[in-house]
Amino acid sequence: MTARIELNGRWVDATEGRDLLSTCLENGVDVPHFCWHGALGSVGACRLCAVRVYSGPDDTMGRIEMSCMTPVRDGMRVEVEDAEAGRFRAHVIEWLMLNHPHDCAVCEEGGACHLQDMTVATGHRNRRSDAPKRTHARQDLGPFLTHEMNRCIACYRCVRFYRDYAGGHDFNVFGAHDRVWFGRAEAGALDSPFAGNLAEICPTGVFDDKPWSQHYARPWDMTETPAICTHCSVGCNITLHERAGTLRKVQNRYHGAINRFFLCDRGRFGPWFVDAPGRITAPRHNGADVTPDGALAIARQAVANGAIGIGSPRASLEANFALREMVGPDRFFAGISDAEVAQVARMLAILQSTPASIATIKDFESADAALVLGEDLTATAPRAALALRQAARGAEKALAGEKGVPDWLDQAVRVAGEGRRSPIALVTPLPDALDDAASHPLRRAPDQVAAFGFAVAAALRGEAAEPEAMAVAAALAQASAPLLVAGLGLSRAEPAEALAAIAAALGAKARIALFPPEANSFGLALLSPKGGLESALAANPAPLIVLENDLFQRADPAAVNALLSRAPLTIALDCLDTATTARAGLVLPVASMAEATGTYVNHEGRAQRSLAARRPTDSAPAAWRVLSQIGGLFANNARLDDVLARLATKIATLAGAATAAPLADAMPPVARAPESYSGRTAHDLAGRVAAGTLPQTDPDSGMGWSMEGRRGADVPPALSTGPHRPGMHSVSAAYAAQTTIGGPLKGGDPGALLLVKTETPGQALTDPSPKGDGLRWLPLHTPFSASETDHASPPLAARAPATQLLLHPDDAARLGLMAGAQALVDGQPCAARVTLDACMPRGWVGLTAPRGRSHLVTLGAAP
Amino acid sequence: MIGILNSFLRIGRMLGAKTQTRGYPEEKPVLPPRYRARIILTRDPDGQERCVACNLCAAVCPVDCIDVVKAETEDGHWYPETFRINFARCIFCGFCEEACPTSAIQLTPDFELADYARGSLVYDKEHLTIAGEGKHPGYRYWDIAGKAKTEAEAAPVDVRDLLP
Repeated sequence: MTARIELNGRWVDATEGRDLLSTCLENGVDVPHFCWHGALGSVGACRLCAVRVYSGPDDTMGRIEMSCMTPVRDGMRVEVEDAEAGRFRAHVIEWLMLNHPHDCAVCEEGGACHLQDMTVATGHRNRRSDAPKRTHARQDLGPFLTHEMNRCIACYRCVRFYRDYAGGHDFNVFGAHDRVWFGRAEAGALDSPFAGNLAEICPTGVFDDKPWSQHYARPWDMTETPAICTHCSVGCNITLHERAGTLRKVQNRYHGAINRFFLCDRGRFGPWFVDAPGRITAPRHNGADVTPDGALAIARQAVANGAIGIGSPRASLEANFALREMVGPDRFFAGISDAEVAQVARMLAILQSTPASIATIKDFESADAALVLGEDLTATAPRAALALRQAARGAEKALAGEKGVPDWLDQAVRVAGEGRRSPIALVTPLPDALDDAASHPLRRAPDQVAAFGFAVAAALRGEAAEPEAMAVAAALAQASAPLLVAGLGLSRAEPAEALAAIAAALGAKARIALFPPEANSFGLALLSPKGGLESALAANPAPLIVLENDLFQRADPAAVNALLSRAPLTIALDCLDTATTARAGLVLPVASMAEATGTYVNHEGRAQRSLAARRPTDSAPAAWRVLSQIGGLFANNARLDDVLARLATKIATLAGAATAAPLADAMPPVARAPESYSGRTAHDLAGRVAAGTLPQTDPDSGMGWSMEGRRGADVPPALSTGPHRPGMHSVSAAYAAQTTIGGPLKGGDPGALLLVKTETPGQALTDPSPKGDGLRWLPLHTPFSASETDHASPPLAARAPATQLLLHPDDAARLGLMAGAQALVDGQPCAARVTLDACMPRGWVGLTAPRGRSHLVTLGAAP
Repeated sequence: MIGILNSFLRIGRMLGAKTQTRGYPEEKPVLPPRYRARIILTRDPDGQERCVACNLCAAVCPVDCIDVVKAETEDGHWYPETFRINFARCIFCGFCEEACPTSAIQLTPDFELADYARGSLVYDKEHLTIAGEGKHPGYRYWDIAGKAKTEAEAAPVDVRDLLP
């Protein structure tokens, strides 16, 4: 219901019953706030958002109210700049600053600090009290976060996020009254894979990004480039902060349909692989350095009579397309197993033919029932798991709403909601991190997961099924927006088939999300490779070109070894040293995601452009440029837009990829560096950097490398460097860029949706059941490590748990393996020790291992 | 005619005046301590470097000629790993000194900075740091910062204590 309110003398439309603070922010009126957060709602703890509210035209007195706790009423008059309200807010800041240290100069947050902004805004300058400041002990919180509790203002945002929003348990508030302390009971890394968000949630410098602190530059001293996270298929939007040629910080970039306010730790700390010690800097031929021209000559000669191209789900659409152009569509294979090629293609077919709509991550949060089939979502698509947790609270909000409690009143909703949870069924082989949010945490062996899904579909069609399937089917049938989730975490196709059957039974009200394994799995599949590695092995032997892919991470080692050993020459293009580059005859360095602009297609078929955060070095240009130089595909001065234009003519389904971001020459450039970027002349004219020799515009993106160019509100969201502005330097400025708090971005959420609905259901896949001796493989996943880029990121490598080998005690007894024993896996010693787990299905072995394994695991005791 | 005679008169009067020209460089000028020329980095009363690498001098510098890179000791003290001033660009405005919260960066009356090579006008930390406290004796930033533990600070609160 709309209401008209007078806000600072201006009549605006608002929603009756919504909180006044959100309404003010949405109408461009900055009301100071601390404890309120767009994703966490109102608790009214900090008292900073005080405004004067008049009930109507007859009210001349008005009263001071906390805007975050005040619902909008038709005809109300609000004065934010009221003198008494201003004094009230200044007093609140003065109290908060009583104990806050005088250390902005040595605080990482300084320059982008919400507390600093609010203090300056209220005019507080001098502390009037002489009392000593209370101090707190610090704690080591692991490789992701710094901890400096002296700076705490006790807004409670951190515990509200960590415990209430992200479902963590190992972080809490301790102590009493003005001595409250936030941290872990014992020092150590935080368990939650979303802990990195504390750095952004904290309005001051208690928690900060540790890799940033170790590679520190002031917020105004870093260029900011919009990029896409390449560490899973969700495709969260991130901002890469760079200075002096090195990555300094990764920050969340608001996208209304995907990540919104939060990232997972894999996304936040994964991009550090771009400055890892394992970066390849010079071309190598048979282990010896060669000149770039020499390397290109060898490559040209080798591929002159045709080559086999091995694409990558990690590489951008442009790089994969350039390879496909070079070797021809018939000799272009995906660097994954044949089975995975078929499974990913089938996922696309299901998404296109299902009557259900494709779920965005935001849709997860508004689902009123959900079914997750087989996927360890917290590890394979962590941001989606965080969104699913919020869906669980839907029933609580609905009940509170019936009692007249609005959904933004966070603490009251938790009381009035009586702990009610929306039905979420989680069908997984092992206990799951989301179990505490699920109403039906169900355990099935990997090959029985899909059977359960088909039973739910049967129950929805009115057929008889097992009781648990009947219960889940009833919940899905009753829901108005049921959510169906599956992926390839089990390396099986059938869970997605089962979801297709359920979606067919539920009809158009259902929402479906299928998560392929990697950031550009769908992009690679849309390029229609001729098959996977096994198919490449069946093709005539020819020189191999392996694009940004450690094949040993993605396919059966036997097939990879066979392929690499029979190729006359293997040319590996990569930014990192991997097991594959170690085997390659010719290694060509290419730009990482931090130096190359490229397009990635996420799980919903959204093509998103990730921009280069720094200039590529001469020795490692973008992969598509290297391929173009070898194959003579594009002109020497070709831009990314030229590649995308040819892609659109060759593959019509990918034509939309060109519209994922504005064309490079469509407008004057956008400035990557902030206005107050400092130190530009500290080195120049001193023979270190010749002035004026570096190009200032980026041919691939429509952004400039310097501080000259457009910024702020008139920049399209796909090129946005962040919403900070004078007076609002912190991430809290993000609200101003949103049409509604938590809604789409002004100017539209970036990205182009590529998938179009078709009527043809396509051929269903079934999973083979391997015969013979041995145990069947249950892939184990962790949120902190999934691919070779994750292993190379120093903070992630420091946080990633050890590899695991899980066995049911009965199987272990049969094989003569004790807990903690060293085991032989397929005759090779395994890095992980045997762990006995009664939750494991019998006949299966849980193993952290590269995917693509199709045969049974033979386990034996090590001698 | 009268104008010309006036000119001769005024010039003639100056013949007996004391000369203002100094024999620089043999004779050095006496400049006030607040004169703004060569920039130095000072130390606190304990002989520790005062700069905490906060970057405020770099931020305020109108010609962007200061580059500071932060590093951190084990106990949480910040210090500059790099502190570089390009005197070929510096205009000696003194904003850096005003911005400095630790009184580390100070301008001194030593103006003799000319050089033949631009490269040798880039001064690093070892060229800038002096042994003394400069113009603000007795000032220790860490005593009032409230970040790293010093004697001036209260003991950390005991979070297990529930007394009022």
